[in-house]
Amino acid sequence: MTARVAVLLFPGSNCEQDVLHAFGCLGVRAEYVWHHATDLGGFDAVVLPGGFSYGDSLRTGAIAAFSPVMGAVRAFAAEGGPVLGICNGFQILCEAGLLPGALRWNAGLKFICRPVDLRVETAATPFTRGAEVGQVLRIPINHFQGNYYGPPELLAELIATDRVAFRYCDNPNGSEGAIAGVISAGRNVLGMMPHPERAVDPSVGGTDGAVILTSLLDSLVAPAGPGSARQ
Amino acid sequence: MSVEEETLDPALHRQLGLTDSEYQRIVSILGRDPNRAELAMYSVMWSEHCSYKSSRIYLRTLPTEGRHVLLGPGEGAGIVEAGGMAVALRIESHNHPSYIEPVQGAQTGVGGIVRDILSMGARPIALLDPLRFGPLPVEGRGDPAVAERNRFLVDGVVSGISAYGNCIGVPTVGGEVAFDPCYSGNPLVNVMCVGVAPMDRIKLARAHGPGNVVLLLGSRTGRDGIGGVSVLASSVFEAGSETKRPSVQVGDPFMEKLLIEACLELIERGVVVGIQDLGGAGICCATSESAANAGTGMRIDLDRVPKREPGMEPFELLTSESQERMLIVVTPEDAEEALATCRRWGLEAAAIGEVTDTGRLEVYHRGVLAADVPAASLGDGPVYDRPARKVSRADPPAGLGLEAPDDLASAVLALVGDPTLCSKRWVWEQYDHQVMLGTVAGPGHDAAVLRLPGSTTRIAVTADGNGRWCAADPYLGTCHAVAEAARNLSAVGAEPIGITNCMNFGSPERPEVMGDFAESIRGMSHACLALGTPVTGGNVSFYNEHAGASIDPTPIIGMVGIVAEAGPPALGFQTAGDLVALLGTTRPDLAGSEYLRMTTGRPGRESGLPALDLDFEAALGRVARSAIGRRLLTSAHDCSSGGLAAALAEACLDAGVGATVEPERGPDGPMAAHVWLFAETAGRILVSLAASDLPALGAVAAAEGVPLTVLGVAGGDALAVGETLSLPVGELRRAYEDTLPQAMKL
Amino acid sequence: MPKEGIADPQGQTIERALPSLGFPAMHEVRVGKRIELVVDAADSAAAEASVKAACTRFLANPVIEDFSVQVVPGAGGEVPA
Repeated sequence: MTARVAVLLFPGSNCEQDVLHAFGCLGVRAEYVWHHATDLGGFDAVVLPGGFSYGDSLRTGAIAAFSPVMGAVRAFAAEGGPVLGICNGFQILCEAGLLPGALRWNAGLKFICRPVDLRVETAATPFTRGAEVGQVLRIPINHFQGNYYGPPELLAELIATDRVAFRYCDNPNGSEGAIAGVISAGRNVLGMMPHPERAVDPSVGGTDGAVILTSLLDSLVAPAGPGSARQ
Repeated sequence: MSVEEETLDPALHRQLGLTDSEYQRIVSILGRDPNRAELAMYSVMWSEHCSYKSSRIYLRTLPTEGRHVLLGPGEGAGIVEAGGMAVALRIESHNHPSYIEPVQGAQTGVGGIVRDILSMGARPIALLDPLRFGPLPVEGRGDPAVAERNRFLVDGVVSGISAYGNCIGVPTVGGEVAFDPCYSGNPLVNVMCVGVAPMDRIKLARAHGPGNVVLLLGSRTGRDGIGGVSVLASSVFEAGSETKRPSVQVGDPFMEKLLIEACLELIERGVVVGIQDLGGAGICCATSESAANAGTGMRIDLDRVPKREPGMEPFELLTSESQERMLIVVTPEDAEEALATCRRWGLEAAAIGEVTDTGRLEVYHRGVLAADVPAASLGDGPVYDRPARKVSRADPPAGLGLEAPDDLASAVLALVGDPTLCSKRWVWEQYDHQVMLGTVAGPGHDAAVLRLPGSTTRIAVTADGNGRWCAADPYLGTCHAVAEAARNLSAVGAEPIGITNCMNFGSPERPEVMGDFAESIRGMSHACLALGTPVTGGNVSFYNEHAGASIDPTPIIGMVGIVAEAGPPALGFQTAGDLVALLGTTRPDLAGSEYLRMTTGRPGRESGLPALDLDFEAALGRVARSAIGRRLLTSAHDCSSGGLAAALAEACLDAGVGATVEPERGPDGPMAAHVWLFAETAGRILVSLAASDLPALGAVAAAEGVPLTVLGVAGGDALAVGETLSLPVGELRRAYEDTLPQAMKL
Repeated sequence: MPKEGIADPQGQTIERALPSLGFPAMHEVRVGKRIELVVDAADSAAAEASVKAACTRFLANPVIEDFSVQVVPGAGGEVPA
């Protein structure tokens, strides 16, 4: 079975090409889906890529959260389909209410583009089942608004339900609890600020990002395995 | 219909920067006096910025042909062939706007150069930013208010480049930041862009085919950048009428991203007959140029131009420099498809006119013929031969700096930590240098190495300049800039194939500035011919001066090359036990060195500079590329500003592997350690390699007559030079990395 | 607020998005900043003058932004004697 991966394209997205390339390195031909589409039937996984949808106007991700395709993303997620939001994709998922919390300006008020060490906090997701809790992945961040915020009750709930996916080993942007990625209550929607697609092709970077994308692809082939989304 | 006539104040043309004889020339071209809109168009199109009137006679002496050159100067960007693809390149300046509003000045600078590349049908794939500022605040030195302003400018310019480049998804992969008092009050913000297109997708600014439709895409037109021609505003500036004032240009990178995607899709669909970006002189330039280039004319209806402001007059609509706009010519049959494509991308687009066979630019407004001029005449501006005086300069006294510093270690740390030489990580970690997954080697390397989409070939790009050396000797200083760029490319295993250039100079009305310009062009020609790097185009920025003092003449060379399959090697030492060696020879002469600048404070024109042998540089390049091609080298690093002190420090810091080295023997015996470390002799590349590869490297070097000296061995956690210096890598790292973050703290 | 006549990319992007979000009747969107602060001053006039000075020098960018100041007397609370 060849996995069908949808990469959503919003006006201002700019990492969609890189996501396609990363999946290509892993033997999968992902496809672009324009933000006006209203049907994601036939796809096995959905990725919201990084970039600057709508130029980050008003609030980052705020306008894209109302795109026609987001209705289809909600339906897809409600049925347990895996959804991965990377950077701006994470911001859009938060604005759309598919993930809790919000992303604020980096504490240092500067854009940051550099590799960071991430600690895998849970292996019980389709995206991290190929990793071990405590494993460190080196993956680049590239953002101005990656400072994760949630009120104390939310943070407590995330910890209690094993829904913090990644933490920065050395917090670069002031995120609460150094949180770099969170998973939804259904454990099938992941949002992460770092860019795994930038750490797949060895000729331009590391390969730790492949751990996450390969986990996702494996979960599509053997959905009944640990950390799977569909029950 | 005959054109709307007006009687204008006879002195108006002088306020707009036109001489009396230029005005008479306009009268004879038109057979009558020009009206307000026409006068505005000529004044802007014939300005220095648009017409290059003071520089053309020199620029046309540059060598422009070469094996890899597909398109030379004269278009939106030059094009070279690499790996079967068309590579577009150009560099532009946005110096004065960046002094007024650094964030927006830098943003709009990036936007402008990206549109130049896009106008060739190429997808922008990389940006580089060579920047110059006045000194940053340092306790006890200089005027704190001036230094504070410089810091404000650095912060704003870097923020602006970051905000724009990152948003449009084009990686910023290289550049330079250097500091000198001559740039206080006049920073230099140059931006280089590289783009790629399949060979058969190159597009030109040609409005072919009478009857074809002219489309304007992108942002609405406002009063941005109207500047000088605002004296034509008919209303009196009363209190509360500030809406009529010209506006600072503000960048909209989201709109630019939409423009990039929509224009490339339109070209892919085969509906684009001609494409032109709107930059200086806005609509009147884009329309007249594309018509003149095709030998056609255009009829434009200003009522159909989407507007941001009410009540704009024809002269404003024609000369507005509102950003993020492109002009596209399509056939009538394709017009609907083109407009639908734009709508899909959320881009506003309007059919504003059509191509004609009259050879004239006819502009209508509210049903009236508001302007009617021969299209080609706007681009056929005056050509000046300004008085030029070659300035003779005194060499600095011989033997300067030859006495050893009290503390060599402190001197090395001070050099490595100097703002011009230190790590620029604070700058480039604000730039997305990874998007598009094409950056094989990015900021911090001698040159950026990029994958070419659609090809297995990789290219290398660098931007270099040295205002101090050009102030000392503009001819030789410019030769050095070209040579350094070529050495940077060779150090990553790339063969140089062409350049673009940005000439940053003072006022052309000063004979000594024109003399420097002429000498600089002479040097560029000589070096480009010697090194096989024809000039594909470029930019001239004059009037860079402050309080009556010109900046140092600062030509910036943007060079591109093709990378060998085996390259690039690492920048610095990787493996303990590797030999450390020097290709080339160090001469015991501190002329022009950063060390002398730091210890004597001499301004550029009194600094002197090292000698240069271009034939040797060419041979050195061949040796480096051959050695890299044969995988003989672990690492290679060009020696330039800061000499071997800087090169050895950076080589140790790359992977944290130190080195133990001995100075070379000079012609008159052992060289003093500080002279050997701080001399900036040209023609040197610092390498490291496995000992077993030494004989092969020796053979390659000998075949080209390039000296090869083993300096020592890599390893340990310190940089040790003879008996006189042992600097722990950790201390080097602190000095190198801490300067800029500390200087830029609020 | 952005000065009159200055391009406002954020405002324009939001304006273009509003119709598809179900708000076709909203136009001429401009986006600025609201800064709230407490000033120790003898009276409203002095407070206003000092905030205007802060705006001119620092809080606003006079090249591309205009500002207006609104003083709410006593809103910062009494200073303990």
